[in-house]
Amino acid sequence: MVESRLTRALLRVGTGVILAFIYLPLVLIGLYAFNRSVTQGWPIENYSTKWFSVAYHDEAVRSALWLSVRAALGATAVALVLGTLISLAVSRYHFFGREAISLVVILPIALPGIVTGLALQTTYTTVGIDFGLLTIIIGHATFCIVVVYNNAAARIRRLSGSLEEASYDLGADAWQTFRHVTFPQMRTALLAGALLAFALSFDEVVVTVFTAGAQQTLPIWIFANLFRPVEQPKVNVVALFLIFASIIPVYFAQRLGSGAAGTPRGGR
Amino acid sequence: MSKARWRRLRFAGLAVYVVVALLGATACGSDDDNEGSAGGGTTTGEAAASTEIPGLGSTIDEIKQKAKEEGQVSLVQWAGYAQLTKEFAKETGCKVSTKDGATSDDMISLIGTGQYDGVSASGNASVRLMERGDVAPVNTDLIPNYADVQEGIKNKDYNSKDGQPYGVPHGRGPNVLAWRTDVVKPAPDSWGVIWDPNTPYKGKISIYDDSIFIADAALYLKATKPDLGIDSPYQLNDEQFNASIDLLKGLAPNVGEWWGDYAKQIQSYANKDVVIGTTWPYQVNTLKADKKPVEGVKPKEGTTGWSDTWMIYSKAKHPNCMYLWMNHMISPAAQAAVAESFGEAPVNLKACALTKNKNHCNQFHASDESWWKDIYYWTTPTADCGGKGGTCKTQKDWVNAWTEIRG
Amino acid sequence: MTSAAHAEPSPRQSLGRRLSTFFYRHPWVGVAALLAVPLGWLVGGYFGSLFVLLLASLWDTDPFTSEVVHNYTFDNFRRIFEEDVYREVAWRTIRMAALVTIADAVLAFPIAYYLARIASPRTRNLLVVAVLMPLWVSYLVKAFAWRTILSDSGVVNWALDPFGLSFDGYSSVGLWLVFTYLWLPFMILPLYAGLERIPHSLFEASADLGARSLRTFLRVTFPLAFPALVAGSIFTFSLTLGDYIAPDLITSQQFIGTVIYDQRGTNLPVAAAFTLVPIGVMVMYLLVARRLKAFEAL
Repeated sequence: MVESRLTRALLRVGTGVILAFIYLPLVLIGLYAFNRSVTQGWPIENYSTKWFSVAYHDEAVRSALWLSVRAALGATAVALVLGTLISLAVSRYHFFGREAISLVVILPIALPGIVTGLALQTTYTTVGIDFGLLTIIIGHATFCIVVVYNNAAARIRRLSGSLEEASYDLGADAWQTFRHVTFPQMRTALLAGALLAFALSFDEVVVTVFTAGAQQTLPIWIFANLFRPVEQPKVNVVALFLIFASIIPVYFAQRLGSGAAGTPRGGR
Repeated sequence: MSKARWRRLRFAGLAVYVVVALLGATACGSDDDNEGSAGGGTTTGEAAASTEIPGLGSTIDEIKQKAKEEGQVSLVQWAGYAQLTKEFAKETGCKVSTKDGATSDDMISLIGTGQYDGVSASGNASVRLMERGDVAPVNTDLIPNYADVQEGIKNKDYNSKDGQPYGVPHGRGPNVLAWRTDVVKPAPDSWGVIWDPNTPYKGKISIYDDSIFIADAALYLKATKPDLGIDSPYQLNDEQFNASIDLLKGLAPNVGEWWGDYAKQIQSYANKDVVIGTTWPYQVNTLKADKKPVEGVKPKEGTTGWSDTWMIYSKAKHPNCMYLWMNHMISPAAQAAVAESFGEAPVNLKACALTKNKNHCNQFHASDESWWKDIYYWTTPTADCGGKGGTCKTQKDWVNAWTEIRG
Repeated sequence: MTSAAHAEPSPRQSLGRRLSTFFYRHPWVGVAALLAVPLGWLVGGYFGSLFVLLLASLWDTDPFTSEVVHNYTFDNFRRIFEEDVYREVAWRTIRMAALVTIADAVLAFPIAYYLARIASPRTRNLLVVAVLMPLWVSYLVKAFAWRTILSDSGVVNWALDPFGLSFDGYSSVGLWLVFTYLWLPFMILPLYAGLERIPHSLFEASADLGARSLRTFLRVTFPLAFPALVAGSIFTFSLTLGDYIAPDLITSQQFIGTVIYDQRGTNLPVAAAFTLVPIGVMVMYLLVARRLKAFEAL
């Protein structure tokens, strides 16, 4: 290592402090999930696990969770297909406007969510599309494309084209080459991208408020109940549940994605 | 194909798309526009609007029958308005789902999405909804409890048009001045404690975040600056309007919280993040029930208030359940429940015998019309000053001014 | 099997094979086929909806019913440009976005550097997971937790109380803290990837040439990591620029996001006109970022 011992020590301490900064509020959320009272005061007076069972049996929570899962699955599927198509075109061909593509793909996620949300909502109302699962998926898929695209394009760029050329030489057509040569090499990058697109869609609220109509995804349920005294403890429980539920997919995404140079972009 | 040709082709395609989108948007848009005003109601000058809503039964029994098939009703409401929903669901088969509106503007846009069957509209929403054709008149023959509603609240300009009732009254109440009794001493009786530029509660004031609050400023000026000649705080000419705006701009830096979510305001009072402000009796009731030292009062200058009406969306998907709901909310039991929990005066005086606090109707002046003389129900400003002559600021002016006031 | 003696006719080509040969010979068509659906979605669907938003900014509202009326007018733009409040709100938001970006950059660098260059592979994997995990905690819950933390009766004041100090958490400073917290992972990850990409040999060379840590950082590390920093800043800047939820939880001030959100229902054309400000700012930001090579670091 070239860094001096002092530098390394300082960095270690700095990292610890920053991690503490990141996790302190999360620890608090976890503590509040066990708070017996309905008011979120400090310090916590009584602890209880009763809210876990209350949240589990709450029908609104369950249907919101289910809607979020369906929306995220739909958005991820669409983003996978579209992201892969774009990454194939950009990495394997040279054509006019290739550089502009990256700008176009990143725009939905780079423009603030309120702009995207308001634009989509205005369009749906003007054209006359009913709000529901479909409009939610369309909104999410649009900015999830870039997550898949980044991972896929980075991976394809690192694959030499020689394997594909060999495949062609051996008589395979384009589809066979993709299925048997390109795709297997891209698989893990696509999986990493898909996991992160799922996370992005699952936690999305800024745009979803505009595209969901009267439907409630989980973040929208949280938004509506953030201040309601009886619902608040359930919100903390739901948050805690999501933290633990996400450890496995996040770990996998990291392991798989470490092969791709494109870095993950998580939930908003 | 050469690069140049390809490029031209792509630009041509993009241009074609843009033109098509432009035409499509405007074409579909204007359809939407006509749809908006034709749905359910008609423009003035034509025959009276129809109470017909597709799917609505024509007799009470038919309505009950069809409601069982509909199975649900979704409402836009002021927080806490829907009462006895479980009993209602059991009796009629209609499951109730509600969405709280933060402001009347909020409610109007929610109804506009077409996903709700009805709304509890205040006067500053009801007239606009009637004009837009978003709500339909009701056939009161199909609502048995309507007969018991106080006569003085029927067929007012905010719940009827061209002689037709457009909904069933719900209840009425004042916006109150509320404070924490452990911080604000002595107990205030005037709005002046808030409007005072040197108020000792700077940064701890909670104000309703909607342009309708401009009326509260006008109301205060009516009492303190009579030479402005303000009559109705909702119909303001240029001079009166600008004076109100200036008063509000003086208040803005002292405001600790602009509230739209009633529960957020409750928490702020409970945590002492705010100690005084304007609120609904509902919050005061909830805080008191939670043993927080809060009190509310109608100040001596009078106050703004509301008289609300349950209205049915002109294209409601569950009109039968909605009719049963309207009947339910003016039943004595539901009226007693909401009057006590929200803190308002019921419109069906049979409820007075059912309230837990037998003195409720007296305390809330349900039949004391003199008490309501200095309560100015929420109303939408109009350019013709409510028909009184002169030019007044419009709702659009109010909404645009609010952004400026907030700063 | 190839036997030179037999002159077999070439096998009948399947449709797939014929198509793929066609695409190979005419790469333009291949590209077009690949891009048709995705670009149709993005350009048609997304840009199309932005276009509708632009149209909406030219529409009018009925002065009484607040209904959107399809009369074209520049009134909304006139209002945005003439009235002071919109300019003030815009500057306030841009300032906040810049401050948040700087704070996140300062906080992200140490941890990203540690992850990229000092941590052992096992520690690194664990730490990256640790940095990613908060992204799965609902943004709303995190923002609300901060509201509780910053309250007069919250953790911060509870900790300062013994020293006789107090902190008004419901202020711009409080909001700056919250934004910095919320978007920190979005800065750490690209920065970490960017630092990881720098070849170790450059650091060795710098040390060999006699530079100490600080000098190496200023002359080698920072310039090479800069594109990654810009890439991360795209998110911290844009997320702050348009947010309407956190400001409402923490302060009583208006920001670009809250103004647009408040006006979206009954004053849509003005809201739509005001969206042109964040759109314009972000497009310019992206163009600059592209020039600074940030897109390769995403």
